[in-house]
Amino acid sequence: MRESFEFTRENLAEFEDILRRYPVKRAALLPTLHLVQEQHGWVPAEAESYVSHLLDVPVVDVREVLTFYSLYHRRQPGRHHIRVCMSLSCWLRGATRLKKHLGEKLGVPSGGVSEGGAFSWEAVADCMGACEIAPMVQLDKDYHGNLSNEDLDRLLEETGGPREI
Amino acid sequence: MPIVDLVSKHFGNEKARDLEWYRQQGGYQAALKALEMEPEEVTEKVMRSNLRGLGGAGFPTGRKWTFVPKDSGKPNYLAVNADEAEPGTFKDKYIMTWDPHRLIEGIIICCWAVDIHTAYVYIRGEYVRPFERLRDAVRQAYEHGVLGEQVLGKDFQLDVHIHRGAGAYICGEETGLLESLEGKKGWPRLKPPFPALVGAFGCPTVINNVETISHLPNIIEKSGVWFASLGTETSGGSRVFCLSGHVKKPGVYELTMGTPMRELIYEHGGGILDDRPLKAVVPGGSSAPVLTAAECENLPLDFDSLAKAGSMLGSGGVMVLNDSVCMVEALTVVTHFYAHESCGQCTPCREGTGWLDRILHRIVEGGGRMQDIEVLLNIAENMQGTSICALSDAAALPVQSYVTKFKHEFEHHVRHKECDVAGRQPALA
Ligand SMILES: Cc1cc2nc3c(=O)[nH]c(=O)nc-3n(C[C@H](O)[C@H](O)[C@H](O)COP(=O)(O)O)c2cc1C
Ligand code: SF4
Ligand code: FES
Repeated sequence: MRESFEFTRENLAEFEDILRRYPVKRAALLPTLHLVQEQHGWVPAEAESYVSHLLDVPVVDVREVLTFYSLYHRRQPGRHHIRVCMSLSCWLRGATRLKKHLGEKLGVPSGGVSEGGAFSWEAVADCMGACEIAPMVQLDKDYHGNLSNEDLDRLLEETGGPREI
Repeated sequence: MPIVDLVSKHFGNEKARDLEWYRQQGGYQAALKALEMEPEEVTEKVMRSNLRGLGGAGFPTGRKWTFVPKDSGKPNYLAVNADEAEPGTFKDKYIMTWDPHRLIEGIIICCWAVDIHTAYVYIRGEYVRPFERLRDAVRQAYEHGVLGEQVLGKDFQLDVHIHRGAGAYICGEETGLLESLEGKKGWPRLKPPFPALVGAFGCPTVINNVETISHLPNIIEKSGVWFASLGTETSGGSRVFCLSGHVKKPGVYELTMGTPMRELIYEHGGGILDDRPLKAVVPGGSSAPVLTAAECENLPLDFDSLAKAGSMLGSGGVMVLNDSVCMVEALTVVTHFYAHESCGQCTPCREGTGWLDRILHRIVEGGGRMQDIEVLLNIAENMQGTSICALSDAAALPVQSYVTKFKHEFEHHVRHKECDVAGRQPALA
């Protein structure tokens, strides 16, 4: 059974506001998908057709955009999502150690969701623009840097609670 | 040469993002001054300042603006490039986080000069907190009549919108950015036509980096000649260098153009981590060809000096490598990024980055062959000048420089199936 997706009334108003920023409707696609993800935590297939209708964009185009960009989740992530930066400056300062530790700690490889669903994580090749605090991770909206393995443990505990991990 | 604070003055100051406070410090006076000048005069001033694009390419800013036609009959747009995804670069984050009104003021100045009434700031999706800071500042600017129907009470209408990216390095390339702004995947466009003629939504568009735009208020307030005099003959003023890697004090340091690299690393950066010898520097984001320690010895940091040294000043991201680094592994890290981020439109780039990535991994893992080294150089050669955008070149340049300058390390890896760098970083996992 397919569930359906709809914006809340509040988000529908936000969506109208987004539309006003651009001379063509299609341009609202990225921000609209961001809004879906904000509301739902990820972008389920039902939302693709919903957005396609809202914007008069073919659903294949919605899918194409969705899969091109790495920040949209097409499957349900953990309640908290972690990105470990593996780019040059972070690598120079210990990203490999951090990545290994996180994988062991959460018990799943990059791209996975920890048991119980508290955390999902991925190692990313892109520099996150925070090399001054290398090695670093992004946890949900925030950056955390200069991380030892213990710092990372503490961060996980503060965020998810020890039992959740 | 001292550290300067033309655009970094308010970094770390919690008050600066408040519009009232910014105004009390003389903020938005430069925009007001510009609005009382003829638009052409503003452009003239920027041309005289020798301000060059700080996003990577170093193109003279004032000159870029003059390419926008006066009578296209279409609206003009400004796209501010806040994608900041070149590895090693993090300065625009500081500007948006700590001094968002300086950016807004710069946007007003640019838009007045080029007859633009809508500006978009394209900010990378990962920058959630900087986005929130900038969004709040823009809201405040609207509430106080700094943006909107009558900018600062003058007969000039200007809207500023923030467009969030969604995780794709290629959207920092200016035409990839435009595609993404239009709601598409970020496939760069073939040029010409250049964005100044056919840009966002088919209309003439100026694309400038956050820091480039943020220098405008100072240039208008003081003068173009003053700004130019701070730098070298061909690169005016200052820029915010992003220092990272093996230094004791990584961070942002705003220095006048032409400041010696040694000063940045040893005085401001506190020297090399663990007091080990310097091995190499990647001076302008990871696309810049690597320089050996000897090449950095008497090197002034400005666009032309870096070009003369066979590298580039690029995005201002200076990454320092001490002698614990295996250059084969370092290149593998860099190349893997480009392979991952190639948008795939052009065969030399899509296939080339993939081949480079696989060959390098093979060498690191001990399965390399001697001819691999020549193959790497061959591929890199064929990837240059054969594609739609400069990502292909950006991926090829590091390969050429790392392999030629540190050839013995590549050969050793192939021959002995292992690294000969003492005390090196943990291997790639
Ligand atoms: C692959 C690639 C990635 C780029 N990424 C960025 C970026 O993240 N930020 C940026 O300002 N410029 C980036 N650029 C440069 C832009 O194409 C463009 O030159 C710049 O935004 C122009 O602004 P400026 O003249 O003020 O530097 C990139 C270029 C290429 C080829
Ligand atoms: S050079 Fe690479 S990134 Fe640029 S357009 Fe071609 S395939 Fe895409
Ligand atoms: S290399 Fe990790 S933030 Fe830049």
